[in-house]
Amino acid sequence: MTRFIAKRLGLGLITLWLLSVLVFFGSQVLPGDVARRVLGPFATQSAVNSLNHQLGTDKSVFVQYANWISGIFHGNLGTSVATRSSVSSIVFPALWHSAKLAILAFIIVVPFGIIGGVFAALKEGRFQDRLISVGGLSATTVPEFVWAVALILLFALLIPILPSTATPPPGSGFLTSVKFLILPALCLVFVLFGYIARMARAGTIEALDADYTRTAVIKGLPYSTVVRRHVLRNALLPTIAVVATQAGYLIGGLVAIELVFNYQGIGQVLYRAASQKDFPVLQSGVLIVGVVYLVATLLADLAYSLLNPRLRFESSA
Amino acid sequence: MSATAPQPAAVETAPALELRDLEVAYRVRGIWREVLRGVTLSIGRNESYGLVGESGCGKSTAAFAALRYLPRNGRVTRGSILVDGQDLLGMSENEVRELRVKKVSMVYQNPTAALNPSIRIGDQVAEVYALAGAHDGEARQRAHEMLGKVQISDPASVMRRYPHQLSGGMNQRVVIAMALATDPSLLILDEPTTGLDATVEGEVLDLVKMLREEFGTSLLFITHNLGVMAKMCERMGVLYAGRLVEEGPVAEVFARPSHPYTVGLLRCIPRGGVRKDRETLDTIPGFLPQLGADLPACVFTDRCGLAEEICHREEPPFHRVTDGHCSRCHFYDRAQTVPRATPAPPVPREDRRVEPVLEARGLRKTFHQEGNAIHALADVQFALKEGETLGLVGESGSGKTTLARSLIGLSPADEGSVIELDGARLAPNVTKRKRDQVRALQIVFQNPDSALNRRFSIHRIIGRALTMLKGERGEQREEHLRQLAHSVRFDVRLIGARPAQLSGGLKQRVAIARAFAGDPRIVVCDEPTSALDVSVQAAILNLLVELQASKKVAYLFISHDLGVVRYLSDRIAVLYLGRVMELGPAEHVFDPPQHPYTEALGSAVPTAEGTERERIRLVGEIPSAASPPSGCVFHTRCPRYIGDICRDEEPALREVEPGHFWRCHYSAEELREVQKTPPPEQPLTAREASEPTGGNLRPSEVDRST
Repeated sequence: MTRFIAKRLGLGLITLWLLSVLVFFGSQVLPGDVARRVLGPFATQSAVNSLNHQLGTDKSVFVQYANWISGIFHGNLGTSVATRSSVSSIVFPALWHSAKLAILAFIIVVPFGIIGGVFAALKEGRFQDRLISVGGLSATTVPEFVWAVALILLFALLIPILPSTATPPPGSGFLTSVKFLILPALCLVFVLFGYIARMARAGTIEALDADYTRTAVIKGLPYSTVVRRHVLRNALLPTIAVVATQAGYLIGGLVAIELVFNYQGIGQVLYRAASQKDFPVLQSGVLIVGVVYLVATLLADLAYSLLNPRLRFESSA
Repeated sequence: MSATAPQPAAVETAPALELRDLEVAYRVRGIWREVLRGVTLSIGRNESYGLVGESGCGKSTAAFAALRYLPRNGRVTRGSILVDGQDLLGMSENEVRELRVKKVSMVYQNPTAALNPSIRIGDQVAEVYALAGAHDGEARQRAHEMLGKVQISDPASVMRRYPHQLSGGMNQRVVIAMALATDPSLLILDEPTTGLDATVEGEVLDLVKMLREEFGTSLLFITHNLGVMAKMCERMGVLYAGRLVEEGPVAEVFARPSHPYTVGLLRCIPRGGVRKDRETLDTIPGFLPQLGADLPACVFTDRCGLAEEICHREEPPFHRVTDGHCSRCHFYDRAQTVPRATPAPPVPREDRRVEPVLEARGLRKTFHQEGNAIHALADVQFALKEGETLGLVGESGSGKTTLARSLIGLSPADEGSVIELDGARLAPNVTKRKRDQVRALQIVFQNPDSALNRRFSIHRIIGRALTMLKGERGEQREEHLRQLAHSVRFDVRLIGARPAQLSGGLKQRVAIARAFAGDPRIVVCDEPTSALDVSVQAAILNLLVELQASKKVAYLFISHDLGVVRYLSDRIAVLYLGRVMELGPAEHVFDPPQHPYTEALGSAVPTAEGTERERIRLVGEIPSAASPPSGCVFHTRCPRYIGDICRDEEPALREVEPGHFWRCHYSAEELREVQKTPPPEQPLTAREASEPTGGNLRPSEVDRST
């Protein structure tokens, strides 16, 4: 098991390194002088030069890359070019905001998705199954920002029971914050429900058809026990993998939702950094999203192999 | 055989199972199609009843009906099912559950799939006792005892394991333990040994026999293996298209089959050491009718060589042949005269004294897994002459498939191994071989479903082979394609079909045509008929013999069915732990078997004659190839173990008579002398000493993971 984790960690580090190279040199390709953009077209050339010198942007790209990476290893993610504050003070609060939204969406969608999928499988081919399968799939194909607009129209304007923005007023308590997050979280639930339910349904149908389920029925177990003890555990394994990959998406990829709801998550921060050519924020932010993604998939793999005895034993043999 | 034994006392009590005029239908695409058409049978207390028939005859449906377990689209349309005199169809859900807990159990094919992969063995077995009302500790205690009864040597450790950590044979013991846990009155076995090795099959059957006596359970035994039937059952029924066409005591039915279908089934199997040069196998023409098809009055008419006008018009009654032996045929008294479907004369064997086409020397294959070196093949050598068949036998894990794959170059042999084609050395990897070499050495796989591309038409599958192997295109290719289809008896009108639309036998014909596309010199056949019904198997075997005679191709024929291997082979090689243990002319290797391993393999196989030899038990399972035993690799399980010399010194492959080689410290004369007495029954402690669990890495499994 330790070997498995070490291997995955090693691979993860290589992936992160590749990501850092890609995002760093990718942003260098974009045209434009950093100091010139900060100071504006009317600044003198000497002021531009001195700012470039101060920012280190007059050095060769390789030296800049080395400086950036060594900074990261020292816990210094760099300084934002646009706001002059440290990157950490911008990125981490945004990451926390994103995490809150993601967690809320997860708490709603995972149980509903699994229960919906299992229920559909037990009613395979019947009306309930079609409703969940077709409904879930249709909801998934609608982009999240369309859901966002629709939900805002419905619940913030027509029946004004929820706020149309996701950012609560400063100093509000836990419940108020949750209330502000409900609409954006619902958008994500609509998008993810179909995926999770479909996986859970497919896994359950496979397990219901499996020989071991037949054995359990023929043993004389009550049907509910068969489903609970023999079907679910095997059925839900693949679902766990899907859920975990969605975790990465939920934290890193919500630009549209955050824009619509004006929410200061990591997606919006990255989007703004990219449009302002604020490379330190962009680069370090992307790298951090990468870390989150890797950790999420690693945890998913671990959970999967802990629940699946076949994997657990082979890797420790 | 117990066929002549008096009927068990079933006088006062009701039979264990009774089916009365049972009709079951499945709803397929909205239409109800009949699967069982009025089956009536009765299994007495303590009796064992066998059911045979091709796949699709309704055998399994009849079995599941006895548990009132039908697929969602299935329903009983007429008749009744009685267990211990109680009618199942009138029972409530709860009563049915009660019945499954206490009275009827079932064991079926593929034991590893029958156990839940994510629950420990102990919990799965204990569950049955808990269900019957035992509390936790007691349930586990009784599970422990039951596992002991099915001869699992270390129940405590097995209980902690998961199914994938045990071998197939061990899992089947666990399933049997669960089935017998609550001492049911009826045990249904649905092909319980299909897919298991001959030696493991022998052990499992012995175990069932022994437990049946101990528990006094009635058996409903479903099998397509007539040898197994002869060994296990007192009475048998033959099912065709959902109708019971013949019934009677096993020995009586085998000796005097009175329905043309039974006659056909018995003629299909290579029995009693028949060989290709003396007799062609008979086949049953035509196909099993489609599910729910409209059938003539006698369901077998369309495939029957005796059919006359009356058969279409009038349903034959159940004629009484002798006491307890009935046949549903108008001409039951002359059923055995049914003309042969394949009158082709056998191909006489010619003596060949030619240079070998294929020669392997010092062939090794090592897999590496988690730092362990697994020697799947260790120093294999043999030569294959033009037009000859070399049969390859051995238990799973002995390296048969690895050998096939190494020869073909799919799984390249180790450095230093020599494979020569017509004296020219072949590259280990197929991608490095010349086109001529690739087309000269082809393979037919066990499962045509996975060997043929599902998206391609048959035309494209064979056409591609012609293009790739011979560079043919256009009209020339079309012409060749038709010839090839004709030579494997594949109807050219079906050439546009896709594999999924064809039956198993037809698919295998396509796979054979593909292999023969490049006029091969050698075709490796890896269990080509083990997934097929006996009648289809016979047709494929005949085809292989015919192709061999006309094209002078040599076969390396792998099979776990010794009857088939003996039928087809000129010479036989016996493989154990990647070593050739014996190699010689077919008639010398198995008539009678001499080498201790061959002897044990041969005696594990039940024969349809029922003349079973005293079975020689092989103790435990084949050892891991990662750490083979010292000295003679077979010494840990050898029934003729001599002493220290076997443990310390590996015998060389030596010639004991001209053309006959083996690896054993005994000479031929010495073995003949020793074999006059049966081997000592090996104590159970030796069984315990051998590693009981699937910690061993089977070479084939390793192969998949690399």
